[in-house]
Amino acid sequence: MSDIADKVKKIVVEHLGVDESKVTPDASFIDDLGADSLDTVELVMAFEEAFSVEIPEDAAEKIATVKDAIDYIEKQKAA
Amino acid sequence: MFSLTGKTALVTGASGGIGAAIARQLHAQGATVVLSGTREAALQELADGLGERAHIAVANLSDPAEADGLVAKAEAVAGTPLDILVNNAGLTRDTLAIRMKDSDWSQVMTVDLESPFRLARAALKGMLRRRAGRIISIASVVGTTGNAGQANYAAAKAGIVGMSKSLAQEAGPRGVTVNVVAPGFIETPMTDVLPETVREKLVGSIPLGRMGNTGDVASAVVYLASDEAAWVTGTTLHVNGGMAMV
Repeated sequence: MSDIADKVKKIVVEHLGVDESKVTPDASFIDDLGADSLDTVELVMAFEEAFSVEIPEDAAEKIATVKDAIDYIEKQKAA
Repeated sequence: MFSLTGKTALVTGASGGIGAAIARQLHAQGATVVLSGTREAALQELADGLGERAHIAVANLSDPAEADGLVAKAEAVAGTPLDILVNNAGLTRDTLAIRMKDSDWSQVMTVDLESPFRLARAALKGMLRRRAGRIISIASVVGTTGNAGQANYAAAKAGIVGMSKSLAQEAGPRGVTVNVVAPGFIETPMTDVLPETVREKLVGSIPLGRMGNTGDVASAVVYLASDEAAWVTGTTLHVNGGMAMV
């Protein structure tokens, strides 16, 4: 796994208080990890802070799974 | 009842009459208080009078950057995260609408409505994470009743109510409450200068037969800040002696 993926996973574990083993790439924040809408906003803000990226509202809405988050951040970092 | 021991509170406009009373009562209930305002000497004097658990954080809330940074500054001087935010700072630029300048409108909006939002936004980030917090904003009876000569102020204070109800809905699931205290006519240096006949007429319109004092407002803030008010959110507590029963 990339550094970004590791860091994303760590943030998810920290913010949602879920077991690390549950944070698989396909895990949905809401359906699998028990997040509510406020959690997802907080997660996006945590990603923004940790990676120094800006995630606009329309992009944030599309981030539903762990993999979505990793892909988005990797793309921003590569650009 | 109403113990605030172990809690940290930021009070804006703390050098004013109502703000100082709020700070004193929160402090008396055991809270650590951070006093904010523009007048450093007045804040320091108040802090010195309170003794321990009192800090100051000077900020000019007409500057958006200073408003945005005040919560972090308060947490830095207190050395603890913020549990209670009291948006008390405000100013008036009274005049009839037909004579009201753009700057009269915008100054009141910036300080009385926009800065409470900036402070609440900053405070909520930590409060939501910690699953606890109290945001209390001081509005005014004129936000509900309107008042000739105060279109700007009344609009800002009514705005505080709508904002607080929205924030209450957003923050409720995390145990953070957001409420408003709406004072009526309070004895302050500002109302001391009113002519006696005007005062008499004012008092005559108040069922409880007197002007309010700053302690009346501060007591309402203490209640809303306390654990005992845990199931009260999105509400406006009117403290006006019955002048407007809304």
